[in-house]
Amino acid sequence: MNFDPRYSGRNFSSVGTRPIRPDGVDKVTGRARYGADFNMAGQLVGRVLRSPHAHAIIRKIDTSKAEKLAGVKAVITAKDLPDLTDGDAGMYDILDNCMARAKALYDGHAVAAVAAVDARTARQALKLIAVDYEVLPHVTDVDEAMKHTAPLINDTIFTEGLEEKPVKPSNVTKRSQFGHGDVHQGFGHADFIVERSFKTEQTHQGYIEPHACVASVSSDGTADLWVCTQGHFVYRQHCAQLLGMEASKLRVTSSEIGGGFGGKTHVWAEPVALALSRKAGRPVKLVMTRDEVFRASGPTSATSIDVKIGARKDGTITAAEATLRYTSGPYAGTWAEIGAMTAFACYKLENVKTVGYEVLVNRPKTAAYRAPSAPMAAFAVESAVDELAKEVGIDPVEFRIRNAAQEGTRSSYGPVYGPIGIGPTLEAAKNHPHMKAPLKENQGRGMACGFWFNFGGQTCTDLNIGMDGSVSLAVGTVDVGGSRASLSLVAAEELGIDYSQVKAIVADTSSLGYNDMTDGSRGTFSSSMATISAARNAIKILRERAAQMWDISVDDVAWEQGHAVAKGDNHGNLGKLSLKEIAARSGTTGGPIAGHSELVADGAGVSFATHICDIEVDPETGFTKVIRYTVVQDAGKAVHPTYVEGQYQGGAAQGIGWALNEEYIYGKDGRLQNAGFLDYRIPVCSDLPMIDTQILEIPNPNHPYGVRGVGETSIVPPLAAIANAVSNAAGVRMTHIPMSPPRILAAIEAEREG
Amino acid sequence: MRRPFITVAEICHIQGETMRYIRPLSIEDAVGQLAGSAGTAAILAGGSDLLVRMKGGFIEPDLIVDIKAIEGLSEIKETAEGFSIGAAVPCAVLGESASLKKAWPGVVEAANLIGSKQVQGRCTIVGNLCNASPAADSVPALVAAGAKALVAGPSGKRTIAVEAVPTGPGRTSLAKGEIVEAILLDKRAPRSGDAYLRFIPRTEMDIAVVSAGVNLTLDEQGVVKSARVALGAAAPTVLLVDEAAEALIGRKLDEAALERLAKVCAGACRPIDDKRGTIEFRRKVAGVLARRAATTAYARAGGK
Amino acid sequence: MAGVAVSTTINGDHVEYLCQPDETLLDVLRDRLGLTGAKEGCGTGDCGACSIILDDRLVCSCLVLGAEAEGRRIETVEGMAHGEKLHPLQQKFLEHAALQCGICTPGFLIAAKDLLAKNPDPTEEEIRFGLAGNLCRCTGYDKIVRAVQDAANVMKGA
Repeated sequence: MNFDPRYSGRNFSSVGTRPIRPDGVDKVTGRARYGADFNMAGQLVGRVLRSPHAHAIIRKIDTSKAEKLAGVKAVITAKDLPDLTDGDAGMYDILDNCMARAKALYDGHAVAAVAAVDARTARQALKLIAVDYEVLPHVTDVDEAMKHTAPLINDTIFTEGLEEKPVKPSNVTKRSQFGHGDVHQGFGHADFIVERSFKTEQTHQGYIEPHACVASVSSDGTADLWVCTQGHFVYRQHCAQLLGMEASKLRVTSSEIGGGFGGKTHVWAEPVALALSRKAGRPVKLVMTRDEVFRASGPTSATSIDVKIGARKDGTITAAEATLRYTSGPYAGTWAEIGAMTAFACYKLENVKTVGYEVLVNRPKTAAYRAPSAPMAAFAVESAVDELAKEVGIDPVEFRIRNAAQEGTRSSYGPVYGPIGIGPTLEAAKNHPHMKAPLKENQGRGMACGFWFNFGGQTCTDLNIGMDGSVSLAVGTVDVGGSRASLSLVAAEELGIDYSQVKAIVADTSSLGYNDMTDGSRGTFSSSMATISAARNAIKILRERAAQMWDISVDDVAWEQGHAVAKGDNHGNLGKLSLKEIAARSGTTGGPIAGHSELVADGAGVSFATHICDIEVDPETGFTKVIRYTVVQDAGKAVHPTYVEGQYQGGAAQGIGWALNEEYIYGKDGRLQNAGFLDYRIPVCSDLPMIDTQILEIPNPNHPYGVRGVGETSIVPPLAAIANAVSNAAGVRMTHIPMSPPRILAAIEAEREG
Repeated sequence: MRRPFITVAEICHIQGETMRYIRPLSIEDAVGQLAGSAGTAAILAGGSDLLVRMKGGFIEPDLIVDIKAIEGLSEIKETAEGFSIGAAVPCAVLGESASLKKAWPGVVEAANLIGSKQVQGRCTIVGNLCNASPAADSVPALVAAGAKALVAGPSGKRTIAVEAVPTGPGRTSLAKGEIVEAILLDKRAPRSGDAYLRFIPRTEMDIAVVSAGVNLTLDEQGVVKSARVALGAAAPTVLLVDEAAEALIGRKLDEAALERLAKVCAGACRPIDDKRGTIEFRRKVAGVLARRAATTAYARAGGK
Repeated sequence: MAGVAVSTTINGDHVEYLCQPDETLLDVLRDRLGLTGAKEGCGTGDCGACSIILDDRLVCSCLVLGAEAEGRRIETVEGMAHGEKLHPLQQKFLEHAALQCGICTPGFLIAAKDLLAKNPDPTEEEIRFGLAGNLCRCTGYDKIVRAVQDAANVMKGA
């Protein structure tokens, strides 16, 4: 395959339009099937027993009474999911997270599971399982966990990345460092220095659909898994590895997915459901309750971050430094490392240094959450940047423009940037009417920037042309928010046909080659690249068939606007053959016409955004109201602009929730106190204003249409933008996220009292 | 359209299950069933608390007594003495009663703050009262309003002040077999007004972090003649703060009176630190809300 | 334990079923009757994904017992379209891309239908407070509010 992914400017006919999505009618009529909407004949109900303790040795589990209860068909513990990970530490952690082995490591950690004829029997059976725990001291706070006096969560872990090899085990699994130049020298040249410490609490992705799957293991060693996931190929690999199956014998079908945001990127309940089905010899449906979703799945890191930035009087940043501590739950992660990479990515810096520490705590295993790790780092950095701009006496937008990275800048995490959107988003923000709108009493305006890498990865796509000229497009990246519409547009664009002639589906793992999951904002970026490639391969065949029909050389056949066109002086009278005409004859010209593509989508262009918001603070109660919100972000090329806007708005809304009210609240006993939507407060409709969007298109040179990922960056700036707005409205710098009313009121009172 | 039955054999195989659901037609029958029940019995009106507790496994009732078919329980009756709000009247219906809203706007706004539109279609003020949460929205407003509960039980009927119903978080003074049949509100004296305010971090869907209900009657000069002030989520039960009422009585709602009201309310709180707020926050905001609610109630009473 | 026999009306059709005394109407709809349009996002009345209309009242079907449906009238998302013809709200949700993942969509459609039945010309604020019992994690609500506004205009003109 000689596919050229480079950007070439073109006039689009389909891309950039806003048609109705192909899965739309099913979703507004209730017909679309999500994780919990699927059933199999003879299916059992699976339920999981979870540890009530934050940290405890599991001395013994007695399942005998549960097994004897009528209607119970299988009870499993870690013994039924033995370690087959063969030294793969990451997979071992996933296994241990699915079903605790020696120790329960957080409140909600799975310790046993049952499959029974109905939910009530399954619930009763869980009560009959006796677990003998030896409760251990626990730690949930990131800074506490780093102290040498903290309870050790895993005594086999010695901090990686230190100059000297540590002699004692630690809750810090790793230290990482990024940057260039000499920050010490840089601070020496600064006229102003801002130094601050920040904290952010742990949040959950908050997808409305709980994890759900139906597993069916057959006695011949084959199995089917229906599941809501962001990556069914990845789930297949995980499950096959953990259960000792051959990957090709496990067919995974991704259901419609009711939100993931990174939280459905690795397995939790699926290996458990498969193990239950294997033991019971019947299909098992396992659906988490909302309480389980909060206690056992998802969350992002809680963090503690120190930032120091210095600038000259003219507003040039001379040095920037940050120390970032991120929780990863009870298993090793690389979350602080990612935070350390993104922290200063928006800026052109001569001297920059970031250090990340990965910290174990007795909380659920940290999972990705939309631009994982970046929002917290941006909160700290962009808050400090705002303060520094004030000290220097330059408008905060202007200050950022002066220091913004540009094409050719060496990023703070290493690579040199190509064409990027930070400057243009800042200029657009500066010129936006929002910036000049008047503010009322107790209102404040804030702005902030954000960066995300974006990701490409392995992608495989099939494009089949039916004899009636309609096109079916089978992709392997799960559609989390409209990508079937975007990819249909891309197929229509490339083939030169109408959008209505294309039907895109997400194929199961047995029908298509491997695809990485939909994460890293890669869905539309990578699958559109593979779709273009597949379409071009199909066009090659279409041209060959046309040449055959005309009996001329294929070299004389071009493809223009959905038609084969004969070129050259000798063929002037041949006219055109439409895709439909060629397809109708395919049975006699060589058989079905299809285009396939297998590729690694490299060169996902980095993405930048600038957000502006106005917040009103009630100085007597600390209550906040979002008055106005504007998102400016580079999309490279917006394939379906409405869904791009949707990504911008959705990320902003999640960021607003994180900034103001969402947090995991643990009691002194290490138990999660707000495992429900009542007290884990995601924004409701009346909390938000309309969220204005402005799409910039700075083409990604590494994609034929210039597309960049758009899904994640929008959650990066809000924490900081809102913190800056609240700080301006309340007259006091807020350094702890979420800025809940009690925190705001306490800060206001402290300021009043001096 | 007829859908196939699932056979009884398929669904009735659970061991030792005795759970029953009944829908009595008279209050006497309901009381008799409750009084005669052997295990855990639960009254079902709107179900917005009961079903949540069942879902969480906090209660597994042997008997569920659905009171919605009992005659009269789903009605708001206006009599010479005032209003009688039946135990099965959903809070949404309170908001649709123009006369109730006119007489007791504070009670109605409190009832209409409970949960979402969806919950409003089900939840009842009697349920809100008997669930005995210190943060119940309708209760401070009812206490401020001097509302009474009509209790039916095995030994007949009695009327008690609403504040006598909850005795602590999740606990009530009701005896086995007793049902709060209705909430009674007096006919409104002229120049009266009430108001309820709660603090929540979002704009909807939250449980009150702290709340205040104020009910005032003025004389012809706009001087507060009588007052009742109640605070929610400020102590194990809703607090009726007499001293706060005293701060208002005999005065127009001047700045000094309001300041005194806020101070007294903050001082009267005995709150806790929990996932919804801190002690300091609840104290401060209790005063702020009392002050704001008093201002609204005063205006509603025609005070200027 | 005695199963409860229930006779009710769902989307205009007469339906009979047996359910357990503690079984929610949501579970009956989804697991016994195959009407999986209503979703369980929380099971505690906090997300609105299971919204249905019960005798002209918007309710969370997770907070109603299946046994309570006796003699009542139930409307679910499956009953909104008439044959091929979508309800204006369904059409406008599609046109405005008021859904991304779509899990909350049935609940929003039912809640919006109830809202417009009671208030055919709502302000933005009335829409926002009217739909505050329905959580959406994808859209930031912007396009949902616009879709409801647009549908209200269409329905007024009809």
